[in-house]
Amino acid sequence: MADTILVVVEQREGKLNRVSWETIVAGQALARETGWNLEAAVAGNNVSGLASEVAAKAVTKVYAIESPKLATYTPDAFAAALKQFIASSQPKLVLMPHTYQVRDFIPKLATAMGRTVITDCIGFKKEKEILLFTRQMFQGKFAADVTFAGDPPWFVTFQNGAFRADKIESGAAAAPIENVNIEIADAVVRNRPEEAFKEAKQAVDLTQASVIVAVGRGIKEQKNIELAKQLAEALGGEIAASRPICDSGWLPMDRQVGSSGQTVAPQLYLALGISGAIQHLVGMKGARTIIAVNKDSEAPIFEIADYAVVGNLFDIVPPLIEEIKKVKPAS
Amino acid sequence: MKILVCMKQVPQKDAPLKLNEAGTWIREDVSYEVNEPDAFALEEALRQKEKHGGEVVAITAGPARSQQVLREALAKGADRAIHLEDAGFVGLDALNVARALAAAIKDEQFDLIFTGLQSDDQGYAQTGVVLAELLGWPHATIIMQIERTGDGIRVKRELEAGFFQFVDMPLPAVLTIQSGINKLRYATLIGIKQAKNKPMRKVTMAEVQPALGPNLQKVERLHVPQKTRNTEFLEGAPAEIAKKLVDKLRNEARVL
Repeated sequence: MADTILVVVEQREGKLNRVSWETIVAGQALARETGWNLEAAVAGNNVSGLASEVAAKAVTKVYAIESPKLATYTPDAFAAALKQFIASSQPKLVLMPHTYQVRDFIPKLATAMGRTVITDCIGFKKEKEILLFTRQMFQGKFAADVTFAGDPPWFVTFQNGAFRADKIESGAAAAPIENVNIEIADAVVRNRPEEAFKEAKQAVDLTQASVIVAVGRGIKEQKNIELAKQLAEALGGEIAASRPICDSGWLPMDRQVGSSGQTVAPQLYLALGISGAIQHLVGMKGARTIIAVNKDSEAPIFEIADYAVVGNLFDIVPPLIEEIKKVKPAS
Repeated sequence: MKILVCMKQVPQKDAPLKLNEAGTWIREDVSYEVNEPDAFALEEALRQKEKHGGEVVAITAGPARSQQVLREALAKGADRAIHLEDAGFVGLDALNVARALAAAIKDEQFDLIFTGLQSDDQGYAQTGVVLAELLGWPHATIIMQIERTGDGIRVKRELEAGFFQFVDMPLPAVLTIQSGINKLRYATLIGIKQAKNKPMRKVTMAEVQPALGPNLQKVERLHVPQKTRNTEFLEGAPAEIAKKLVDKLRNEARVL
């Protein structure tokens, strides 16, 4: 029997998380490279509808893994269900998106099976029949090629944005769907989660802004935020920040860009003193033009910037505001 | 409550990093600091102790230099520390690090174990969850708030895109702590002085070796990431750079 790649897609409240399509694209690329079968699974309660959505894509089979205990996400139930399923179906490679939900249970699942997971990968390559998975280290300053040294099943998670969902291949015909009912004993599930909620209505919708001036740790002190605000004002844009700035209360949480804040795609993203941790980059790398000012020439933000200034933002920003005012009179 | 805080020493945020000759790891002659989320985990443990009483123990695995993170933890108020001291701990995968930690605490009885949500160097985001599984304990990740309930805890998990969720769970449990859950304190002079007399238990690699297995994943090489954009570096005096930027804003970004 041929080896199999299994993509476990993510659903919440009966809806597929869009990043799941990217993981299927990763699986399709890996299947081409290895010649292995590509199968998909969706875990939950009453997920056959979602399974048929996935079955329209180029996969050989889709499993609907079901149990009433999977209706609400808990790490105990999801790890137990997938362990049972994977132990019996024995895929060689198991792929999932690196979401907050997956990172909550996949280390548990892999450990329970005596296996390991290579997390947060941004790509893969095959060299001499060996699969290497590329992931960022040291906050993106380096990329590492990582291999599995033990037995399959090998678990891998892919970072949001690592593959393009629009490259997904549809199948010639719908793939067959198999329902798998899993028994999970009452005592297995220990956590009792409540419904997810939003803290407050977001006052600012950064996703609609065409110009964003964002500040990071390099701004040094709360009073210096004013300088960045003046620049944003001169450009007619919105002020935003990386997580540490909002954690410190220097700007409200609804100004935060990144995995735990808003995901933006403005015409211009001007990053001041932002080093470019992965969690920030995923929230802004879709910007059309990125300008970064940072004193550290190795800051990862420069990897994705179109225009880079290595220098002290306090030297650069005041003359920049003056120059902008010359060509764009205050409205 | 008796709380264990797992802490890691990582290269300083803006330390320039160089690869070793084999290209498999960084050169270790850099400045180090406490992994930031671990500092928030320690702070949260100290606050829980101040509210409910108990004990805070800090633990790390790494070479002699990593003792510094434990010294800082003791100076801020941790009661004692455990140092798995060996340069070999740096080369372990997340599963083996968790096995080593579990072996080092096998005779202790903690109510809670905190870790940072991930490390700033490897960023696996695994050790805490793996440790929970090895101990057979429940866990919750990316925690922004912890309250005691009758016989357990109620925690606030951060989800994506601004969502949160409360979860009730029994003790003992492992929690991975998100940066920003609290405001960090500074060590006081008196704290630093007292730290010198606080107990620090050393654990050798040989003591935990029986609990370890072969690494299941291996970093073959590190490299500078491939650029996805052609970055143009603008140079000159600040006034010149400002002019060049305005030119780009007008003619390339077209926002002026």
